[in-house]
Amino acid sequence: MSILIDKNTRVMTQGMTGKVGQFHTIHSRAYANGAQCFVAGVTPKKGGQSFEGIPIYNSVAEAKAQSGATVSVIYVPPPYAAAAIDEAVEADLDLVICITEGIPVHDMLRTRYKMQGKRTLLIGPNCPGLITPNEIKIGIMPGHIHRKGRIGVVSRSGTLTYEAVGQLTALGLGQSSCVGIGGDPINGLKHLDVMKLFNDDPGTDAVVMVGEIGGTDEEECARWIKHNMNKPVVGFIAGVTAPPGKRMGHAGAIISGGQGGADTKLAVMEECGIHITRNPAEMGRVMQRVLKDS
Amino acid sequence: MKIHEYQGKEILRQFGVPTPRGLACFSVAEAVAAAQQLGGAVWVVKAQIHAGGRGKGGGVKVAKSLEEVRSAAQQILGMHLVTHQTGKDGQVVRRLLIEEGAQISKEFYLGMVVDRGSQRVALLASSEGGMEIEQVAAHSPEKIHTVRIDPAAGLGAAEAASAARRIGIPDAAVEGAVTVLQGLYRCFVEKDAMLAEINPLVLTADGRVLALDAKFNFDSNALYRHPEIVAYRDLDEEDPAEIEASKFDLSYISLDGDIGCLVNGAGLAMATMDIIKLYGGSPANFLDVGGGADKEKVTEAFKLMLKNPNLKAILVNIFGGIMKCDVIAEGVVAAAREVHLKVPLVVRLEGTNVELGKKILAESGLPIISGSDMADAAQKVVDAARGA
Repeated sequence: MSILIDKNTRVMTQGMTGKVGQFHTIHSRAYANGAQCFVAGVTPKKGGQSFEGIPIYNSVAEAKAQSGATVSVIYVPPPYAAAAIDEAVEADLDLVICITEGIPVHDMLRTRYKMQGKRTLLIGPNCPGLITPNEIKIGIMPGHIHRKGRIGVVSRSGTLTYEAVGQLTALGLGQSSCVGIGGDPINGLKHLDVMKLFNDDPGTDAVVMVGEIGGTDEEECARWIKHNMNKPVVGFIAGVTAPPGKRMGHAGAIISGGQGGADTKLAVMEECGIHITRNPAEMGRVMQRVLKDS
Repeated sequence: MKIHEYQGKEILRQFGVPTPRGLACFSVAEAVAAAQQLGGAVWVVKAQIHAGGRGKGGGVKVAKSLEEVRSAAQQILGMHLVTHQTGKDGQVVRRLLIEEGAQISKEFYLGMVVDRGSQRVALLASSEGGMEIEQVAAHSPEKIHTVRIDPAAGLGAAEAASAARRIGIPDAAVEGAVTVLQGLYRCFVEKDAMLAEINPLVLTADGRVLALDAKFNFDSNALYRHPEIVAYRDLDEEDPAEIEASKFDLSYISLDGDIGCLVNGAGLAMATMDIIKLYGGSPANFLDVGGGADKEKVTEAFKLMLKNPNLKAILVNIFGGIMKCDVIAEGVVAAAREVHLKVPLVVRLEGTNVELGKKILAESGLPIISGSDMADAAQKVVDAARGA
């Protein structure tokens, strides 16, 4: 089992004909059932053409109607990426994964506002995507470091997720699904949303949660875990040594009431029963120990 | 991207927000001429640096004659202004704002931020003007009035008036305050701001509402559509290492330790700093080379780290995904040769083509210390830095 995506998921790629889109479409299609899963591309004015045998359509609505794809992955450049998300939401897709890094924050504020009351889920932007090992990979992560199994992984980072996955795999702990929710301040699914899905997934026994400084999403997720989660969670927060005030705005700290620092997050997570580690090299081993004890 | 107060006020005026009249100056003579041009009997001489707390540090002076303007300008221009936001070395003052004096009857605080929780723009208003808003939040959070603004409707006049009354703006001045609040919101959205602060917003003796200060931070991802904001950039206010890094599309932040780190990915880069600290060392920098680092980028990254005189060792931590370990290994070897590396170098490679990468490092003939995993690499680089 898995969350969000499996071998039966049908995916369209928005921005498939750009350099980045081409590169990752080839790699995602080569992974596991990718050849069956990646069924369409969307590039305005290139409808009717194809890339590597994948048909290209002019719009998301057309791609959905013609190919049956209900999930989209976006590699569109930053100035147009928010509009690409809007189009996917308008077409009533199940899930949109936006890989694009560098989308203006105010664009995302408008997009998230338009998404209110819609059923489409968003992962990202500025994320590596998600993978259900041995079934399907949607995004830019290296597929070969993953192994099929029963540990869920959710993270705001790209390579730090690979680090966590690499440690799990090296210890023989495979993954059910790994979700990169992205590093932008305004995004779609949060730690909490993904955690709920893992809690309900019979194929997941435990979860590794990787966070970083800024915002209060990890704290909110931790408080939910304390009262609702029936599976063990291992947690790490990056940025204990990050200087305050860099990148994080002055008045920005106010809304979260002085929260957003790594130490605060780790303290709340520990208090909520999450098995935290302050050592990023120990995420896998802590999970191994937790599984043995439970 | 941050800008100066006088630039922020220029922008505010474009959106109908009243400010005192003022002129930016780069020399003492210009400052005196500006005061003459402005006229009046009282002027404020304000240091222009990208940091708050300027008044407390001696960077803001009131002058009651042209001679006092001259003497204040002489004192402030060129000084190392130290505030709680500059660090202990302070920031050299190169620009001044000469402003007409205002007769202040009351001070308020206005702030605007992108609120992650509600995914909206939030207005923060408080009766406690002139104070650090963090202190107000810590001691009397009830004095901060927050409005999360509906993006479709914008900040309505009734909503703005209500916020103004809540912080104690008298009825006669509410209309003026509404103009300020609505102007600030339109400016915030149209200019792609991440943070804006007017602290203090003042009520003058004659009942006007004026922005006495202006602080902005703009979304760097949106600068491509704001050449007018980019034109405000002042490189003197930025860390030279960070400017150099940005030319090569490297994300770099100077820290005060002695172990340089070169990492791919922001999360892993932070985690690498953390593990160095955990093993008893101290990171000299944050450096994310991104997903597509080639030989040139890695070489530039090495040069950047080596500009730091405190540097005692370097840790390269790469988890190859798109970036192949053999490519990065070739880059590291070439960079180490080109810069004639004298400090110990520890390299940890994992991920795509890792064996090939390790082979390239081993066969390079360079004294590169190999780390088998993050913990091993951190321990080795901390030991190396101690031995150096």
